[in-house]
Amino acid sequence: MGSSWDWEVFLRDPGGADPTYWQWMLSCWGWTVSVSLLALILALVVGTGIGILRTLQDRPMLVRLGTIWVEAFRNVPLLVQIFLWYHVVPAIFPAMKSFSSFVLVVLALGFFTSARIAEQVRSGIQTLPRGQRYAGMAMGFTTPQYYRYVLLPMAFRIIIPPLTSEAMNIFKNSSVAFAVSVTELTWFAIQVGEETSRPIEIYFGVTALYVISAFAINRIMAVIEKRTRIPGLVAASGGGH
Amino acid sequence: MLNLDFSFYNWDVISNFILKGIGFSITLTIVATIGGVFFGTLLALMRLSGKKVLIAPATFYVNGMRSIPLVMVILWFFLLVPFMIGRPIGAEVSAYVTFIAFEAAYFSEIMRAGIQSISRGQVNAGMAVGMTYGQNMRLIVLPQAFRNMLPVLLTQTIVLFQDTSLVYAIGAYDMLKGFETAGKNYGRPIEAYLLAALIYFIICFALSFSVKQLHKKIAIIR
Repeated sequence: MGSSWDWEVFLRDPGGADPTYWQWMLSCWGWTVSVSLLALILALVVGTGIGILRTLQDRPMLVRLGTIWVEAFRNVPLLVQIFLWYHVVPAIFPAMKSFSSFVLVVLALGFFTSARIAEQVRSGIQTLPRGQRYAGMAMGFTTPQYYRYVLLPMAFRIIIPPLTSEAMNIFKNSSVAFAVSVTELTWFAIQVGEETSRPIEIYFGVTALYVISAFAINRIMAVIEKRTRIPGLVAASGGGH
Repeated sequence: MLNLDFSFYNWDVISNFILKGIGFSITLTIVATIGGVFFGTLLALMRLSGKKVLIAPATFYVNGMRSIPLVMVILWFFLLVPFMIGRPIGAEVSAYVTFIAFEAAYFSEIMRAGIQSISRGQVNAGMAVGMTYGQNMRLIVLPQAFRNMLPVLLTQTIVLFQDTSLVYAIGAYDMLKGFETAGKNYGRPIEAYLLAALIYFIICFALSFSVKQLHKKIAIIR
């Protein structure tokens, strides 16, 4: 392709805080991981809450609130949501003007993903037989109690496969943070690709780190899935009997 | 609080900045859907062919595309497409090539599930009346797979429409860019982003609502 490879570009000195480009790239990977993990935690907490709201049959107002939340966050592109958090939200809440773009991106990505996780939590709860809910009620559990002790432990284990792809999506989606100059991997690819005039080598490095991240998440979730397997279900009978 | 002023959105602004962007976003969505379904079906057929020489490259391609962020794919193609066709191209052309190639990987997974959902008896019946593999696929299996998967395909198209906003990375002039440029020119970025979000919401919500209706209809017919 015209010129030959020049992988030594990674050993050059960018003249910043990091001594070489590969070390700089690893620190940008750190930002990708931090954005993704924090957003994932936020998304799991909010998404679980909203997902539960959508299954409270005797509270139509809360169900509707959950539906509005999901539709609002699901039908606007992530990039547009990031711009809203960056330009519009601080104008409404002046206290947020001091927030760094890192925090704003975590909020944007977390809430965006919360809508998708809420849908999975809801379908996880709704696939459980009605009898489980009634059994909890019959035991004299309050609503929070039968969610906490009966429904959620089952629902979460059922939805681990879709949660796995959501966790991998969050890593991929964190790339959109480049648009507000969070120094994560994609930002590094654009910035340093231009700066070194060696975009192909730089893109290769960044792409490899994304593939490694995706693979790592996949393996971690596979271990969790195996550890939390529900005994007796069809999907759970993976050998050993 | 906000001092919103949408009055600068007169017809001139809309026709100069916004319509061009909306046109590109919609064209990109349609082209990428058609191209993506076509190549995605080919990829799915390769993965179901039972021949290792076809399965391995198709699997590698699909899994590879699915583990890389779309923004990186957009950047890669913007860099590589000029090399592939031997002359410099604009961001818009590059976006078409990228989205067809990227969406093919996602559509192939949908088509693969669709083909696998067709019962064995259908294929056997086709073979019994003397159809070749190609005829069987074209006349018996694919039309049914396509119909069964229509709601999923359309849902993926809505996701695709949202993803077109990511051509921001290479500066192509899409709907978001149209609003952004208008907002910058009139010093009203907040209104521009709010309106962009609202338009995206209306389009995507309307589409997903109609997909739900269609799903009900198809579910009854089956």
